[in-house]
Amino acid sequence: MIGSDFYLDDPRPADGPPVIVGAGPAGIRAAQTLLAHGLRPVVIDEAPQAGGQIYRRQPDGFGRTPKDLYGFEAGRASDLHQTFDRLRPQLDYRPDTLVWNAQGHSLDLLHTAQRTANTLRWRDLIVATGATDRVLPLPGWTLPGVYTLGGAQVALKYQGCAIGDAVVFAGTGPLLYLVAYQYAKAGGRVLAVLDTAPAVQRYKAAPAMLAQPAVAAKGVYFLSWLMFHDVPVHHGVQLLRAEGADRVQAIVWKDAQGAEQHTACSAIGLGYALRPETQLADLLGCEFAFAPLHRCYVPQIDADRRSSVPGVYLAGDGAGIMGADAAEMSGELAALALLEDRGIATDAARQAKLRQQLDKTQQFRQALEVAFPFPDDWAARAPDALVVCRCENITAAELRATAATQPQGDINRIKALCRVGMGRCQGRMCGVAATEILADTLKVPVAQIGRIRGQAPIKPLPLDMTVVSTDQEASHG
Amino acid sequence: MAHATPLLPAGQLVRLKEQGRAPLHFVLNGQPAQALQGDTVLTAVLTQSAQLRSHEFAHTPRAGFCMMGACQDCWVTLGGEQAGRKLRACSTLLQAGMQICTTTEAVAQATATNASQVQP
Repeated sequence: MIGSDFYLDDPRPADGPPVIVGAGPAGIRAAQTLLAHGLRPVVIDEAPQAGGQIYRRQPDGFGRTPKDLYGFEAGRASDLHQTFDRLRPQLDYRPDTLVWNAQGHSLDLLHTAQRTANTLRWRDLIVATGATDRVLPLPGWTLPGVYTLGGAQVALKYQGCAIGDAVVFAGTGPLLYLVAYQYAKAGGRVLAVLDTAPAVQRYKAAPAMLAQPAVAAKGVYFLSWLMFHDVPVHHGVQLLRAEGADRVQAIVWKDAQGAEQHTACSAIGLGYALRPETQLADLLGCEFAFAPLHRCYVPQIDADRRSSVPGVYLAGDGAGIMGADAAEMSGELAALALLEDRGIATDAARQAKLRQQLDKTQQFRQALEVAFPFPDDWAARAPDALVVCRCENITAAELRATAATQPQGDINRIKALCRVGMGRCQGRMCGVAATEILADTLKVPVAQIGRIRGQAPIKPLPLDMTVVSTDQEASHG
Repeated sequence: MAHATPLLPAGQLVRLKEQGRAPLHFVLNGQPAQALQGDTVLTAVLTQSAQLRSHEFAHTPRAGFCMMGACQDCWVTLGGEQAGRKLRACSTLLQAGMQICTTTEAVAQATATNASQVQP
């Protein structure tokens, strides 16, 4: 019955354990909170080990300490990992499991290693699907050697590798400095940090940054460390292109004075902060609204993380980028809302405190946007030959030509016509850039372009997967 | 890689840490190759070459992008008994004896060999 219309008429089950999708900081705190109130949740994790991307654990047999892996965040990472490991026997934990579809009150699951599929019905569901890098492409970005900033960090954290022997980190956002610092500290050769944000933005943001002085201090520390260790840091740059025959050999950029610079390198880590993973919330039918702070559509939530769909709660960065510390808080808050809705007594004072702390994070988040602004002239400068969609090989010129025939600018219509965002990544990598180019071409606000609709399967599936069960697996607990 | 630029190291990725792990043998484009226990397929391949596949329309080399299972850029093709099967290199741990094909020629050869074995 997988994927059939059967589930279009799929009433909400009267009982069954709560289900959590995602085992990063939000998912782990949600699970812990539910357990503390006597519920035994199902936790579905696409990864083989809990921790999420930010606190991803290295494979068995690796020997680095949490301090080596997570730096200042070692305490937080270790606490989350230990919490999860301690609770795991009480949880119905399903690692290596992808949720590839949601219809009605059913999730379609794939065990990625065994290629077995089954369906899980849910009564209530906490979606904690996290984020990926927000990417703005530059010509040459499909060359081997260009990776996302988050990807560069994963290579080091999870595999002990650098993305190349001579790396340039480019884009903007706090991750730019963190990853550059982590690479240099691990013995990697960092040739330059190229930040599109003008230096003056950091001073403008400084007063509001003091809402979280400890976090702001870390940012200052990374920057100072890089400068002290002679890693060139350039602010207010414009990225022009990656060059190379069949892999990256240089990045060409304009400095703040407008002079063209050519930096020979063998790898580029590229990113402009993060974007939420929202496909599952979309398939579940959650209402979305445009969020100027995130410059994209995000699923709507109330102060306690309830979505517009009864029984669906959204925790962590998947409902808007707020960072890992906030994800822990919103995971707990979402679980408390779920408990409240089940009629289980919760600590109102704790909920109030979490709401207040998340409000504070929101202020800090706004300051970050001032310090590392989205380069809103990016689309106007993107050359026609730029490959925007790396799956389908769609250029900026093709997008602009298609936009000219679609004055309303709906991205789903434009996707149908020119295949932008239709490839295997489902627009995760190109969606932001395509939206910017369409808005710029049609001279309309980004919000008017809309958002690429989520489609099942939200990630590729093997055709030979075996269906093992279509019944209520969750009741096994 | 045949086209590798002489000034660059053969591998795209460079090992900085965790180099004391046990070796793991596999086959890359028909040739014996060695990686380390705990390597992903992506790490195993890209520490000795700079390509995971050739893009199906542009025919240009690709070597992954996001490293976290989102971009779907790092799919490689298996050879041997599982010839033709594809797997996502960044989220699959390498297993001993795995046969990995990363070039159009190697994929064609592996699938042709496998087809001839199946035929009576």
